[in-house]
Amino acid sequence: MTTQSSTNRLRSLTASLSKVEGLPIALVLVVVFVAFMITAPTVFLKPGIYMSFFETIPPMLICGLGLTLVITAGEIDLSFPAVVALSGLALAWSYRNLDPIWGPYVGIVVALAAGALVGYTNGILVARLGVPSIMATLAAQFFWYGITILLAGGLQVALVGIKDHFLHELLVGRLFRGQVIGGQNFPGLPVQALWATALAVLMWFILNRHTFGEAVSFIGDNADVARVMGINVERTRVQLFTLQGVMAAIAGILLTLDIGVFYPTQGNYLLPVMAGVFVGGTSIAGGAGSIVGTYFGMYIIGSLEAGVVATTISGYWVRVVEGAVMAGVVVLNAIMGEGRLAALSERFRHWSTREQRSIPAHMTMEKPDEVLK
Amino acid sequence: MTEHRPHEFALQMVNIEKYFGPVAALRNINIQVGRNEIVGLIGDNGAGKSTIVKILTGVYRPSSGELYIAGRKVDLSTYSVRKAHEYGIETVYQDKSLGEKQALWRNFFVGRQITRRFGFIDVKKEKELANEIMLNTIGFRGRGITVDSKVSKLSGGERQGIAIGRAMHFEAELIVLDEPTVALSLKEVQKVISFVHKIKEGGKACVYISHAIHDVYEVADRFVIVDRGEVVGNIRRSDVTLKELDEFLLGYAHGLKDKQE
Repeated sequence: MTTQSSTNRLRSLTASLSKVEGLPIALVLVVVFVAFMITAPTVFLKPGIYMSFFETIPPMLICGLGLTLVITAGEIDLSFPAVVALSGLALAWSYRNLDPIWGPYVGIVVALAAGALVGYTNGILVARLGVPSIMATLAAQFFWYGITILLAGGLQVALVGIKDHFLHELLVGRLFRGQVIGGQNFPGLPVQALWATALAVLMWFILNRHTFGEAVSFIGDNADVARVMGINVERTRVQLFTLQGVMAAIAGILLTLDIGVFYPTQGNYLLPVMAGVFVGGTSIAGGAGSIVGTYFGMYIIGSLEAGVVATTISGYWVRVVEGAVMAGVVVLNAIMGEGRLAALSERFRHWSTREQRSIPAHMTMEKPDEVLK
Repeated sequence: MTEHRPHEFALQMVNIEKYFGPVAALRNINIQVGRNEIVGLIGDNGAGKSTIVKILTGVYRPSSGELYIAGRKVDLSTYSVRKAHEYGIETVYQDKSLGEKQALWRNFFVGRQITRRFGFIDVKKEKELANEIMLNTIGFRGRGITVDSKVSKLSGGERQGIAIGRAMHFEAELIVLDEPTVALSLKEVQKVISFVHKIKEGGKACVYISHAIHDVYEVADRFVIVDRGEVVGNIRRSDVTLKELDEFLLGYAHGLKDKQE
């Protein structure tokens, strides 16, 4: 009797826990960092490494937020790295060639417009001309990256003096820098981490609480159903790719401002960003995406390399560990997602009751019609 | 504007014809559906049932003829799926009515969301209404199914029930059921039948398209039989037994009626 009630409690607990969005992935993030704290305490017990992650991961995360929606709609975007580069160049060019005070403002507008343009043309190719998004955006990646290299003449562009500009302070500045915490100077919290978090909150609301996000989910689920229910499928797809272009442009702006230099190869993290989205539990089949999952997933992916290196094991192990962690998380998602954890605990309950009462297996089938399925 | 009294008929199709190039898909189609009548549209595969449905729901434009919905004459030159919704025609398709990975409450309101400012969805209100539709409109008594359940958790019959309930909630004049029991087990077919009875109780009209006449016979008030693009029979349920109806249809299936002509 007590076993019965405790398994029931376990069942309702696991069922309600599996409803919390992104919880498994958040737990994995904690486990990963605890593992690093144990294996590399000199690095991971100080704030420096975390502040470094808050500097390097936000641009990836912002690309991943847009990509989460794209994948939820059953599409893919391979062209965002080119947009990160192109928008960075737009900003750098405006700063160098226009007024040093208001030039960066113009640069941001131009960068966002460039991102929107690339995204819009992707959307037209996919939604109006019916080109599969993997091909359309692959071509776009080559084309726009080529345009960027061409315009930059293959050279990097330094934004000399940008660190004194108000926009630098506003978008990629450091909070609480130099304050003494635990006897050490705090290196400062990168502001871009807060902007990325704010964007994540906004995108969560767009995906889960806005008609646009609902349209995206239904299109990824079944475009025919979406159409029959009065969703303008083509227009939504164009808007979606445009949004992704703008998100990648924001990432490019933050990245270029932060390092103060435009590199032609910046934003070259297609695979890590995709890994972050999938690790976060967004379904490759479309119809179900998790912004919370992408948020934590990107911090896992973005911190693995530095973390593994910090443990001082051979550098050759880095990719092995990364791959193993990714595979592990994806398997975990497959088990926990879609209420399968609840199904699992249901099975535990069956096992425990069967042992307890020693009822023959065929009599424990409470719902024969479910078994038939 | 029209001489028809409003709401006498939910639907009138007058001399509707449809040609695909020189091929006549439909000829001289005249169908009326009363405002609380369930009409079974039956006929073999290729008889023209689905063409009639597609004209009705705004997918195809007829070559000629007139269409009246609740006594209002429809301007066929601008008629579309969206217009059909505005006129109060809701269609439940056999397999493309619901988003499988989405929660039930989203499926009730997708495309017609209740929104606050800036297009954000009023989730609380949508869930409340969805719950009410499930309990009261269609009398849904599923095992542990709530408005938060994913559609993929529902059986085939339950899914049709959700789609029917949604159509009824949106004040449909006429609900078109396009082969709603295809690929369902007998038990699930019974569920769908009970949902169709709810349409009748709810005072709505329904066109039930099927070639499974046993199912249609249980719910329809009248049968319109289509064969090779023409209406060949218009029989009230009270005037016919299932066996007679079956034999009537079999006659067409075997081409016997042609020989008699």
